[in-house]
Amino acid sequence: MAKIKFTLNNEVVEIDKDLNMRLLDVLRNDFNLTGPKEGCGEGECGACAVLLNHEIVNSCCTPLANVMDKEIITIEGFSITERYRIIKEAFAKTGGVQCGFCTPGMIIATESLLNKNPHPNDFEIKIGLSGNLCRCTGYNLIIEAVKEAAKAGEGLW
Amino acid sequence: MVKAFVAKSLDDCLNILNQENVKIVAGGTDMLIQNRTHSGIAIGFKTDVLYVSLVDELKHITEDKSNIYIGATCSLEQILENNLVPKILRDSILEMASPAIRHTATLAGNIGNASPAGDSLVCLYLLDAKLEIKSINSTRYQLLKDFILGVRKIDLAKNEMITKIIIPKINFDLVYFRKVGPRLSDAISKLSFAGALRMENNLVKDIRFAFGAVNIFVVRRREIEEKLIGIDKKTIKDMSDEIIGYYSEFIKPIDDQRSNKLYRKEVCSNLIKEFLEKI
Repeated sequence: MAKIKFTLNNEVVEIDKDLNMRLLDVLRNDFNLTGPKEGCGEGECGACAVLLNHEIVNSCCTPLANVMDKEIITIEGFSITERYRIIKEAFAKTGGVQCGFCTPGMIIATESLLNKNPHPNDFEIKIGLSGNLCRCTGYNLIIEAVKEAAKAGEGLW
Repeated sequence: MVKAFVAKSLDDCLNILNQENVKIVAGGTDMLIQNRTHSGIAIGFKTDVLYVSLVDELKHITEDKSNIYIGATCSLEQILENNLVPKILRDSILEMASPAIRHTATLAGNIGNASPAGDSLVCLYLLDAKLEIKSINSTRYQLLKDFILGVRKIDLAKNEMITKIIIPKINFDLVYFRKVGPRLSDAISKLSFAGALRMENNLVKDIRFAFGAVNIFVVRRREIEEKLIGIDKKTIKDMSDEIIGYYSEFIKPIDDQRSNKLYRKEVCSNLIKEFLEKI
């Protein structure tokens, strides 16, 4: 066990924990943040995605030790922002959500992409979402959602 | 319970490596999966671990007249975005994993993992990459091809760590990388191929072929490459059958859950042809 400090959803937090825990388990069990979900548990589906220093990472493959003094934003923390509102509305408008299990990860992937590249082309969007699996929509609607968000949120990113 | 050491400087790393019996973890994207147990409990490492990803002094990419130097804790995404890095290596990294993995995974980790299907290894072998390896009282340099001793076997003492990946600067006229996998991202290669060519006065000056996931090691055969030096452009383009024949005895793929040996061998031949057609 060791004390570790990091910023979680804009608040500095400190926890006494085994540093070999996965970030995903700590977020869900110790901080009750259940937006990040365990899908595959091996970095292939992106359901557990969070932002680490504002870049998408899979919390299922991130050891707690690696977030020391870093900034983590989960979908819960992101949901209070204007960028989230734009992305959420874009997903709703284009039908980019069906069962919703992948959606927190898809939104985190969208934010990570647009934050770096506010005007992505189709290929860049596909690369940006390439670590996130959706078993419902067939992806086209999600790609449309990202384009719609980039358009509707012009100037936000 | 295994212990976790967190290093914040290279000195921390080397001191801990000197005193403790630890396994090095950088991004952890492979190590966590290899040691996965159950949700809600700690990762099932078999030995104590040393986390190095917070070591900022190894997060730089630099160059001098002859080489590019990639620090061991640089993320794959950082390497992908840096124009100093040879295009063919960035091409291979673009097809590795996904943005989420690339933001934390490292090139040094892919090397240390020493999988025959390691995507970066094919290009690193092609480019004659070298490693800088440090311990508390020594620094040594070793060619990557000599560092990898077999499947998941590397020439690294308990108190050593990879600190830099060194890539010689060469201006190729043509580079070509192709990964064959079931999905663009997050897929382990069925096989991969890298080719590079430098011409001088319309004659082959330097030609290189490397194949991944078709043998225990990445296949790169200098004796075959040397045979092709001095051949003119038109002739080399038509030599695919001969070159496929040269490599035949070294391309020894296996059947596994990702593919089978017949398919792998056939695709290797097709990729040699495709590379030569691009000349």
